[in-house]
Amino acid sequence: MSAAVQDAPRRRRKRITIGDVFTWGAVAVLLVFTLFPFYWSLKTAFSSNRSLPRTATNLLPGEWSLGGFKRALGLQSTADAIADGGSGADINFRTALWNSTIVSTMVTLCQVTFCSMAAYAFARFKFPGRNALFTLLLTALMIPPIFTFLPNFIFVKDLGLLNTHLGIAAPTLLMTPFAIFFLRQFYLGLPREVEEAAQIDGAGRLRTFWLMTRMTWSAISTLALLTFIDQWNQYLWPKQVGQAADKRVLAASMGYFRSQTPQGTPDWAGLMAATWVSALPILILLLVFGRKLVNSIQFSGIK
Amino acid sequence: MSESLAAKRHTKSRFGDLGPAALFLLPAMAGFLVFWVKPSIQGFRYSFTNKELLRPTADSVGFDNYRKMWGDDIFWKAMRVTLKYVVWNIGIQTIVAVGIAVLLDRLSRSNWLRTLALTPWLMSNVVAALLFFWILDFRLGVANAFFDWLGLPTKGFLNNKDWAIPSIAMINVWRHVGYTALLIFAGLQTIPKEAKEAALIDGCNGFQRFFRVTLPLLRPVLAVVMVITVIGSFQIFDTVDIATTGPGGPARSTTVIYLYIFEQAFLRRRFGYASAMSVVLFLILAVVSIIQMRLLRANESDLA
Repeated sequence: MSAAVQDAPRRRRKRITIGDVFTWGAVAVLLVFTLFPFYWSLKTAFSSNRSLPRTATNLLPGEWSLGGFKRALGLQSTADAIADGGSGADINFRTALWNSTIVSTMVTLCQVTFCSMAAYAFARFKFPGRNALFTLLLTALMIPPIFTFLPNFIFVKDLGLLNTHLGIAAPTLLMTPFAIFFLRQFYLGLPREVEEAAQIDGAGRLRTFWLMTRMTWSAISTLALLTFIDQWNQYLWPKQVGQAADKRVLAASMGYFRSQTPQGTPDWAGLMAATWVSALPILILLLVFGRKLVNSIQFSGIK
Repeated sequence: MSESLAAKRHTKSRFGDLGPAALFLLPAMAGFLVFWVKPSIQGFRYSFTNKELLRPTADSVGFDNYRKMWGDDIFWKAMRVTLKYVVWNIGIQTIVAVGIAVLLDRLSRSNWLRTLALTPWLMSNVVAALLFFWILDFRLGVANAFFDWLGLPTKGFLNNKDWAIPSIAMINVWRHVGYTALLIFAGLQTIPKEAKEAALIDGCNGFQRFFRVTLPLLRPVLAVVMVITVIGSFQIFDTVDIATTGPGGPARSTTVIYLYIFEQAFLRRRFGYASAMSVVLFLILAVVSIIQMRLLRANESDLA
């Protein structure tokens, strides 16, 4: 701590202090702590199951193999899979990958569109009951998901939406209180003059809204990212609503894959490859939009 | 032009922009009503009935579900297990997160470090659970190899009734600690540099500055962060469901409350009873948040 507070410009020429050593040591620990599980599963995914008992603790695969990824993506014949230490059960991750993509995209597009409309209304329109309604929305942020889960399940079941993409998407398709809350902040922060100028120029409500929305584009794309990732990672609801093999999303089908593996001898390479297949899209989003995501956390604090 | 605009505003002052607002709000509020408000009321009402999953009708049973809960040993066991998990999880996570936040604050120019810290949080619970399911495996896991190397006895972390909950707590520390650190880091950035400089001039060392200046000024942020993380921690489910076997692990040692609610709702189909437990969980979470906010005096800042 001490070195950081002292005048920064002169520090460049200074010798390395104990504080610096300590700081970089801590960074190294954080780096290993965060990345080791990823590395370890990747290494295992590229190993053959056969080689694992002897080389489980080696830093590199004892015997390189693409079998794990082939099984995870359903590209290996059943006989080959069993020979390779797989269970032979059809994992069907390609279908799951497709289901996850469909549901997450659907939820992201609809939720962000409808919530930006609602957020704009809360930020800019004057109507009776506005504050009461918004307070109710904030209260809903505090309700534990389990509370609405059971009645929602019965509702979706009665509508005949079990094992459909729409059923899996339903509860978050139209809105989440968080999304409205998040976007409202940004609409509130826009200068009113722009809006008034647009209205004077004869722009209608819809056109004005579109103009304002384009000004909050950065916030909207951040929300879209967060929504997509959140939906991609959902486990409990999709698992309960989309149980049929052809409707399982990735998280749910990984849970299923895990529960199918016999005690003691799971198909580790396949399981770790599946884990990577499921994590990779999010890791790519993080590499591309990392800074945006980090800033949004610092901004919102909630979620 | 502007005159007519003003006139238009004047005529509809009573209801304001109700018409357009209704159109803009319609889709989102329909979703809110159907998937948030309605089920909240229903869940509360189910808790006083013998509602079952596959039966369309239900009879009122008064407070029977709540009475049954009072005498249900597994419910109490689940509550204890959940509490044990929360203490392990929040205890370790908060301390480590403050440490990481201080580190991020020292190196506040390096964006990549913050992105790195956030990475685990963006993974699903399922991914996190599976990564550690492998690392903590009894036979081939690298954690046991490490324990062995240190000369410590090896363990079956996730299927050992004493170690399962601490292990799951650690998995979730890994997933959440960076996110929590970022929230605290955002708080650290709001502390004026003058406060630390004044302490430095007064001759305080690094430790004194941290414990006497930084930490007290951080308290309101820390309180909010604690409320968010504790509420989340009480709702542990995914990790337990993936990483432990059977109904609630060895000797029910990982039957957390969410798991028990699900067991009652979907395996035994007792929706009424499960709803009653959700109501109680909701109340507990509300009380816990209020107590935390009071204890940590979240809305009073020492900066004022």
